[in-house]
Amino acid sequence: MEHALESTVQERPEPREGEKLLPDGVLGMILFIFTEAMLFAGFISAFVIVKSQAAGQMWPPFGQPRLPVEETAVNTAALLVSGLVLGFAQFAFRRSARQAVLPFAVSIFLGLFFVGFQGVEWAQLLGQGLTLQSSTYGAFFYLIVGAHAIHAVGALAALVWAWFRLRDDDLGQSAFTTVQLFWYFVVLLWPILYWKVYLA
Amino acid sequence: MAQATTAPVQDTHGHDTHGHHDEGWFKKYFWSTDHKMIAKQYLWTSIFMAVVGGLMAYVFRMQLAFPGIEVPGFGLVSPGEYNALITNHGSIMIFWVAMPMLIAAWGNFLIPLMIGADDMVFPRINRLSFQIFLISAILILASLFVQGGGFGGAWTSYPPLSANPEYNLTGLGASIWLIAVALEFVAFLLGGINFIVTLMNSRAPGMKAYDIPVTVWMIVIASILFMLSVGPLIAGAIMLLFDQTLNTGFYDPARGGDPILWQHLFWFFGHPEVYVVLLPAIGFVIDIIATFARKKLFGYKIMVYTAVATAVLSFFVWAHHQFIAGIDPRMANVFTVTTLLISVPIAELLFVIIATLYGGSIKFTTPMLWALSFVATFLIGGVTGIFLGASGSDIYLHDTYFVLAHFHYTFFPIAIIGGFAAFTYWFPKMFGTMLDETLGKIHFWGTVIPFQFIFIPLFALGLGGQHRRIYNFQNFPELASMQPLRVTATLALIVMILFQLVFFWNLFRSLRSKEKAPMNPWKANTLEWTTPSPPPHGNWPPDQMPKVYRGPYEYSVPDRDTDYWPQNEPS
Ligand code: HEM
Ligand SMILES: [Cu+2]
Repeated sequence: MEHALESTVQERPEPREGEKLLPDGVLGMILFIFTEAMLFAGFISAFVIVKSQAAGQMWPPFGQPRLPVEETAVNTAALLVSGLVLGFAQFAFRRSARQAVLPFAVSIFLGLFFVGFQGVEWAQLLGQGLTLQSSTYGAFFYLIVGAHAIHAVGALAALVWAWFRLRDDDLGQSAFTTVQLFWYFVVLLWPILYWKVYLA
Repeated sequence: MAQATTAPVQDTHGHDTHGHHDEGWFKKYFWSTDHKMIAKQYLWTSIFMAVVGGLMAYVFRMQLAFPGIEVPGFGLVSPGEYNALITNHGSIMIFWVAMPMLIAAWGNFLIPLMIGADDMVFPRINRLSFQIFLISAILILASLFVQGGGFGGAWTSYPPLSANPEYNLTGLGASIWLIAVALEFVAFLLGGINFIVTLMNSRAPGMKAYDIPVTVWMIVIASILFMLSVGPLIAGAIMLLFDQTLNTGFYDPARGGDPILWQHLFWFFGHPEVYVVLLPAIGFVIDIIATFARKKLFGYKIMVYTAVATAVLSFFVWAHHQFIAGIDPRMANVFTVTTLLISVPIAELLFVIIATLYGGSIKFTTPMLWALSFVATFLIGGVTGIFLGASGSDIYLHDTYFVLAHFHYTFFPIAIIGGFAAFTYWFPKMFGTMLDETLGKIHFWGTVIPFQFIFIPLFALGLGGQHRRIYNFQNFPELASMQPLRVTATLALIVMILFQLVFFWNLFRSLRSKEKAPMNPWKANTLEWTTPSPPPHGNWPPDQMPKVYRGPYEYSVPDRDTDYWPQNEPS
């Protein structure tokens, strides 16, 4: 060839099996959480846009009930504590699986409390005339909070599954971290939704 | 030179990490977790859907060229059917052909093979991904036959038309369409996670970031792009589904909603989506061109950075689809600038390709012809995009056939030309036999020449003011006189469709052929060519998993007897 190419190839040491940056499951979950975060970003930006165009800047719109800000603050705290306790469980787990069983269960219990509390709140709001069809306010409320609730239920199901494995001393470190990450997503997303939907 | 890696292997049965030997037909073809089988499932499904989508185009093009005729094989096309055909043609070609073929099929097949892994990291999630995809494909086809007919509100599905059954008259069809699209996204989400994790965690020993073939980079960057952009669209789709079925008012201005909101959510995804399909196609083209130019890829790193830059930029251009949707003119200016900026990385990619070809000893094989024609054809698509990206000229061109011709000049090279490039190049590896070169070349010319005759007339029609989505142009006296251009386009389409028979004949012959393809028919460097064709279960024979000693494009290295240097050969 006329364009003789300089060889830029360097000799390399004999290749070795590389270290994994993160276990497969954990990495997969992180990617999944990114997508989920974008899903909620979509919901929230839609909500903010529609709200900013509300007739007469009235929010909540005329005749629609106010959301139970104070009660939900308590519920928010319950959820955050659940996340914290799961963190303790992780620390305990590093020492021995047995010690993690109890905090793990407490965390699940607090999560269930959160979801149940939400259910009661929904029943009240429906009674006060806030429905999917009553206004965009109601529609967004049920859409966003409902989407979060579905994630909470899914994450709780995963936690319960993991808890049984934990009790049987059959839960691996990376499976623990994977479900923990998903629960943290649910837990940490909630204050943002609370702020955007209930407070702002 | 190492002998072990190039020696043919007889016994491929020893290495069977996935169990079952005498699996039944169902288990083998529908319940497999082998990435190669899943790739084939995706490939065949997308080819089938391409045939469906192509025949739809035939029907509505006949109606446009010869309004009111009984289309042979279909019959009279009613306005409602016409709308359903164009809508589903577009949706199928993008979501059930381009995506599954370029990303899912080739991603599944190539990623583990090119990085030296025995399978994807989550094989069962991979299987689930295809099953969801298959359901979505069945749903979209079924939606055409439900009461009221298939959805006819265009692939972009703008509300209020799409949101209210009273307006679109296809309540059921519209909802099924939406559910099918959403399911398809879920399928790709699962696939995408798999691709990214596999690349990060399962590379062969020694494979560093810059030893990864460009094809793999591109598919993985595209997957990341998809995953970051699809969330808002799924959010929007759920809201649209609620509007359709639960009578909410998210997009209904009379009830405090906002129809433009959908456009933002849709195009925030929609524009990155075009790069989601573009990047894998560019990857194939680059790998093919480097192989057949027998020359080291020019600017490997530039290429990877450019792809990342394109991906990032593509999040900031979406409103160029909405210049006349009443957006603030100041915002239109911003989006004009970002849109024109994105042609810089695209131009860079093309220059890299040209620089790679320069001075190479080019071999005009069928895959190479496809790869080269990709560059030429996509160039026209990119250049016409600039006229659309400038908000001033777009006000005139928007929603005309100029737009339609523009994006066919981008999507066709991507999905069809890129798809055939990959198919003809990796066919020997996937199926273990060679395709016929003469038939391949006849098919190539019979596809790309008619393509120009379909779409160049459509550019002219668009400049002449012909709006998209009109059932019968004879009703518009000022447009009626351009009928010969429409007839030309339709006849060229028929010619192109007929030439596809050559492809299917070639395919059929090769699948039945007894002649085995060699391990490395193109004398390429990347790892997939270091295992038998087709690769055994587990991809490499036991104890022969590859190790990587250098980058993928060391062609024509001075002072070597051969002009290629497989990545796995110790010097
Ligand atoms: C080189 C860069 C590109 C630029 C500057 C560009 C620009 C544009 C603009 C401004 C429009 C909107 C025109 C209008 O609706 O009035 C448009 C439409 C479109 N472009 Fe591109 N484009 C580029 C590349 C691509 C690529 C790579 C693809 C596909 C893979 C693509 C697919 C489309 C599609 C599908 C539409 C029409 C969507 C619809 O309204 O149905 N474009 N393009
Ligand atoms: Cu765009």
